[in-house]
Amino acid sequence: MAAEKFSNPVVRWVDHRLPIFSMLDHEKYDYPVPKNLNYFWNFGVLAGMALVIMIVTGIVLAMNYTAHVDHAFSSVERIMRDVNHGWLIRYIHMNTASFFFIVVYIHIFRGLYYGSYKAPRELLWMLGVVIFLLMMATAFMGYVLPWGQMSFWGATVITNLFSAIPFVGESIVTFLWGGFSVDNPTLNRFFSLHYLMPFVIAGVVVLHIIALHRFGSNNPIGIDAKGPQDTISFHPYYTIKDMVGVAMFLLLLAVAVFFFPNAMGHPDNYIPANPMQTPAHIVPEWYFLPFYAILRAVPDKLGGVLLMFAAIFVLFVLPWLDRSPVRSARFRPMFRIFFWLLFIDCIALGYLGGKPAEGIYVLLSRIATGWYFLHFLVLLPMLSIFETTKPLPKSISEPVLATAKGVA
Amino acid sequence: MRRVLIAAAVACLAAVGLSTPVLAAGAGSVKLQAGEWSFAGPFGYFDKGAMQRGFQVYREVCAGCHGMEYIAFRNLADLGYNEAEIKAIAAEYEVMDGPDDEGEMFMRPARPADLMPTPYRNDNEARANNNGALPPDLSLIAKARANGADYLYSLILGYDEAPADVEVPDGMYYNSAYSGNLIAMPQPIYGDDVEYTDGAPSTPEGLASDLTHFLMWAAEPKMEIRKRIGVAAVFFLSIFLIMSYLAKRRVWAEIH
Ligand code: HEC
Ligand code: HEM
Repeated sequence: MAAEKFSNPVVRWVDHRLPIFSMLDHEKYDYPVPKNLNYFWNFGVLAGMALVIMIVTGIVLAMNYTAHVDHAFSSVERIMRDVNHGWLIRYIHMNTASFFFIVVYIHIFRGLYYGSYKAPRELLWMLGVVIFLLMMATAFMGYVLPWGQMSFWGATVITNLFSAIPFVGESIVTFLWGGFSVDNPTLNRFFSLHYLMPFVIAGVVVLHIIALHRFGSNNPIGIDAKGPQDTISFHPYYTIKDMVGVAMFLLLLAVAVFFFPNAMGHPDNYIPANPMQTPAHIVPEWYFLPFYAILRAVPDKLGGVLLMFAAIFVLFVLPWLDRSPVRSARFRPMFRIFFWLLFIDCIALGYLGGKPAEGIYVLLSRIATGWYFLHFLVLLPMLSIFETTKPLPKSISEPVLATAKGVA
Repeated sequence: MRRVLIAAAVACLAAVGLSTPVLAAGAGSVKLQAGEWSFAGPFGYFDKGAMQRGFQVYREVCAGCHGMEYIAFRNLADLGYNEAEIKAIAAEYEVMDGPDDEGEMFMRPARPADLMPTPYRNDNEARANNNGALPPDLSLIAKARANGADYLYSLILGYDEAPADVEVPDGMYYNSAYSGNLIAMPQPIYGDDVEYTDGAPSTPEGLASDLTHFLMWAAEPKMEIRKRIGVAAVFFLSIFLIMSYLAKRRVWAEIH
């Protein structure tokens, strides 16, 4: 029956036996999407596109890269100088990594603002956090591969964190390194894992999408679609809206790649790794800085490591910390204020993570870290009890029509 | 909604701004002079004359201590030399080759495909000849320092009398651009160190500027083509953005 839809006989023949065209068709036309999504709902698609760009450029880079401590740095220089358009491939890979994090951070804050993590989308949200963790691991290992000074020392500092674990810490670090310092075995395993992880991410993204399609997208006013008058088909409405986002994303990416390709990197990574010489300041890539600030806010190493992981773990349990039945911040006046405070707090943590851990910066890091946990562990549960929310509209189409009339 | 979008944009910009990490936090104060660079900006290009002069200064002044291990003679075509000139330049150097049929290594004149020979065989020899300090390879130096071009220009011109309260140990020199202000490299440029054949001024500023052009090219040889493609890409993507926005408006017109 479904195959009747297609006029092309080859498509019909295949679809009768392997109904992929029906499945695609179903996603494209029959999948109902709330009609009021704003541009923040572009960022999931943008993240997917960033992942594809990373995998494609990464595979090409791997064809020309040598994972050996004596050759890694010069093989990257070879890519930059002698491989046809190697500089372009590498700069795209480098800058898309940063853009991927920008996109995912916006995607996450979108979810926080509109309460997309609430029932029935808890697993969708948690799969997102898993993706985020995998992304961080992948990016960290990727940064080690060019074997510059920051590669080497960043790897040394971060892997050393595991030594804080009582009793087995030292053995774990030796196991991670494949020896007694960051060296050739470390580089080899990081390369192997860096190649593997994006495909694991792709797998989790599939689960993420399956979970999304179970209940469909949330929307800016956070109430469920009540019927066909509240939804429109994905194609053409959201395909064309996503295309605007894709064009904007590619435009900004092109500006970075072609005019500021090294702005989001560190100059020290153009110095070959030297285990005998520690750089003046070891800083991770910008997208780790908020977590780095939390790590260093605690005087005790183990405490810092635990708190850093806790900062991500609170995101896993967030659906159970925020018990308010109202999803969207639009109808939660108090929550909205605290959302923006949290946003500022995260930017502040990022800033502090890039500063040396001395003087006033330590104190500020502690305050910002404290606020981060206060927000999730105390304020959100309290707000769910004490906040008076604004009345919710009856349906999605009602406020949409209302604003349309207001404008006219 | 617009407010939220603006906030997100600010967040992105902040993230980019914040990624500039702590710089030059050593003791002492660091002063940088800003030069005028033909390669700056979206339409930047390399000035071939300046690069050729810079290469001459490098060869005659810096190459005694600093190598450029990623530059091959054939790359000099970017500076505007033709094939015969490159062959002639290469032939002035000797490189080790081999083993020959008897198993011996031997020296022969360099060819365009060879990398430029480095002054020392290894870091130990380099240190032994420089009071224990290591002169870094210069092929990537313009990207391996923050504000590469201005930094190199300022470093070369930064030698000065030390202020009264700064003690300069033996074998160290005062430099206002260097982090910590004490550098193990003696002042390399005084003006008129080389004889330019094209009549360009060989003042310290002129020499430093030419060197900076050459070193920037060495670190980022694909910059010209990168920016040229970039201008086209940005132009094309802007059109794509406008078209998709108009198409979106059209498709959505029926909805609202
Ligand atoms: C007599 C040997 C010698 C000569 C000639 C020389 N240098 Fe150096 N250079 C050194 C040494 C030694 C260092 C390391 C300084 C240190 O570690 O304090 C150095 C360091 C440098 C640095 C790195 C500074 C930094 O930020 O770490 C640059 C750039 C540099 N030289 C450029 C040049 C240029 C350009 C020339 C030619 C005009 C030149 N040098 C000529 C010995 C020399
Ligand atoms: C590789 C990274 C990721 C990809 C490719 C991806 C992809 C997507 C896509 C295509 C959508 C639907 C479009 C949208 O609503 O924006 C979506 C929705 C969603 N994602 Fe992600 N995502 C990624 C990472 C994350 C992360 C890190 C989180 C949170 C920690 C997350 C949480 C969510 C949530 C809650 C939704 C539903 C949003 C709603 O309906 O309001 N995602 N994702």
